[in-house]
Amino acid sequence: MATFYQLDFEKPLAELDERIAQAEKASPPAPVPAFGGLENAEAGVTNPKGSSESQALRAERDAMLRKLYENLSPWNTVRVARHPDRPQTRDYIARMCRDFCELHGDRRYGEDTAIVTGFGRIGNRKVLIVGHQKGKTTQEKLGCHFGCAHPEGYRKALAKMELAAKFGVPIVTLVDTPGAYPGLGAEERGQAEAIAVNMREMSRLPVPIVSIVIGEGGSGGALGIAVADRVAMLRNSWYSVISPEGCAAILWKQANEQTNTAAAEALKLTANDNLALGIVDAVIDEPVGGAHRDPQGAAEHLQGWITAQLDELTGLEPQALMDARYERFRKLGSFDELPLDAANA
Amino acid sequence: MQDNGPVAQTVGTGKDDSMPPTATRTWADLKQDQPASRRSIPEGLWLRCPSCAQMIYRRQMESNQHVCPECNHHYRIGAAERIRQLADTDTFVPMFTNLRAKDPLSFTDLKAYPDRLRAEQIKTGQNEGCQAGELFIKGRAAVAACLDLTFMMGSMGSVVGETLTRAIEHATQKSLPLVIVSCSGGARMQEAGLSLMQMAKTSAALARFDDKGGLFISVLTDPTTGGVTASFAMLGDVILAEPQALIGFAGPRVIQQTIRQELPEGFQRSEFLLKKGMVDRVVHRHQLRSEIARLIDYSGV
Ligand SMILES: [Zn+2]
Repeated sequence: MATFYQLDFEKPLAELDERIAQAEKASPPAPVPAFGGLENAEAGVTNPKGSSESQALRAERDAMLRKLYENLSPWNTVRVARHPDRPQTRDYIARMCRDFCELHGDRRYGEDTAIVTGFGRIGNRKVLIVGHQKGKTTQEKLGCHFGCAHPEGYRKALAKMELAAKFGVPIVTLVDTPGAYPGLGAEERGQAEAIAVNMREMSRLPVPIVSIVIGEGGSGGALGIAVADRVAMLRNSWYSVISPEGCAAILWKQANEQTNTAAAEALKLTANDNLALGIVDAVIDEPVGGAHRDPQGAAEHLQGWITAQLDELTGLEPQALMDARYERFRKLGSFDELPLDAANA
Repeated sequence: MQDNGPVAQTVGTGKDDSMPPTATRTWADLKQDQPASRRSIPEGLWLRCPSCAQMIYRRQMESNQHVCPECNHHYRIGAAERIRQLADTDTFVPMFTNLRAKDPLSFTDLKAYPDRLRAEQIKTGQNEGCQAGELFIKGRAAVAACLDLTFMMGSMGSVVGETLTRAIEHATQKSLPLVIVSCSGGARMQEAGLSLMQMAKTSAALARFDDKGGLFISVLTDPTTGGVTASFAMLGDVILAEPQALIGFAGPRVIQQTIRQELPEGFQRSEFLLKKGMVDRVVHRHQLRSEIARLIDYSGV
């Protein structure tokens, strides 16, 4: 896996893995574990043990992995959120949903593959899934503009959400975008209008909506499918008004490793920060070492949270649901309110 | 908050008209100012119009609603001047003037956010980048909110978002038409995620206003971009735009960097949006009051 160790802070891990591989080559455990990168980490631990040297190395590696990921800096969190092997919307659909029935097109202009929409079953519950897709292969990435949706993507999302609302089907949205696409066609066809209308309409859809930021929550392009009753973030995702690079370029006048790091910290974009600000309601833990090391484990955590929220929301009257959703966003913001006479003095 | 008195906040008022033009300005100065002149009007008795390059007598331009008498270039104006132009004389009653920004993220870039706020407050004499209240427009009662480009580029943080939301809710409760005049660089980075949430908050408030049958006239002025365009500004029942205003989601520079090609002439200007079906009317500043009054009458609210 050439791309797996792309993060420089994981370099000590890669070195340990190398040493484990060598140790196990020298005195192979029985049966020989097919060591092919960290996805087999858990399996490796429970396999019949190899030499005491490789055992010790494995224990060291696991401890290091846990420690590294417990103490990720905001900027490194952003980099994990962008890891090429991180599970995306289609991966979660494949792992969480039975009988996924994809629905295409906005009926106005075209089909935007940067947003996937369709009916599916999570457990025994019917849902509509809406999620950004960034793509895995080069061809797929180019086709969906690396998860940057055009207006037709947002309009498709709304059209399918309205369809779900018509039949009382709850909505699950998975957010994973660097931002809405900045381009000629996107502007001509009303990128801003599409996002704005989605937010307005999602605020008054009469069915439960739950949203999870699974990777990147880049600004309006993320929020355009994330006006929900409950919003969560996966542990190693980010969510903010702008990317660290964009923020650094504007406020620090240049984007480089140092200013990106500073901007990522300043923006308070991690899951815990967003939880503290009240922007999200929950942080969903990822398997040790991030979702990319154990997509199945991540999907199970995600599914558990979704199911619990839908259990709570399903019984509510539509009006109560919409009122609570309104209040959820209405109270967001931080300001002082002076007595009026003092303010006007 | 500054009252609604007739004081233009973007420019020095005509205190310098006793001075001869040469005392404050030379042709060389004016040439130097040109790149920045779209953003702010240079001090002085005369100025060179960035659009037609004519020398304009400042007082004449100002008394012409800050429109170039030669070429109709619409100069950028602050919220107080905007309200002065929109409202029937002495009818504007400011509201929600008691909201003050905090620093929820302890945000520091090259400058700490509280310092930045203070500097902007001193510069503009205002507390924040939005003024709202009740007014009459040609005898029609309405709620209006105007963003102010002079205050942190009209960016939307918690206070701007809250002021707008309260204005929308007030219009909903009183069944009054709502006019929002936008000009903004977008969501305010220094409040990051909370600024982003103001987009959802204002949009949701507009949904309720719409449910009650309210009329929302959105007026887009130069420039309206980012999270402001992508929320309340594009949600008008009717969307008006001043001539030649830059209106878009992404800024031209970001788009250029992404697509790596020259942007077409007039891209993201009001007339371009009109042609693409994104705004209802491009309206000269001189006609804005009567256009709004006419739309209120047609909507019967
Ligand atoms: Zn001119």
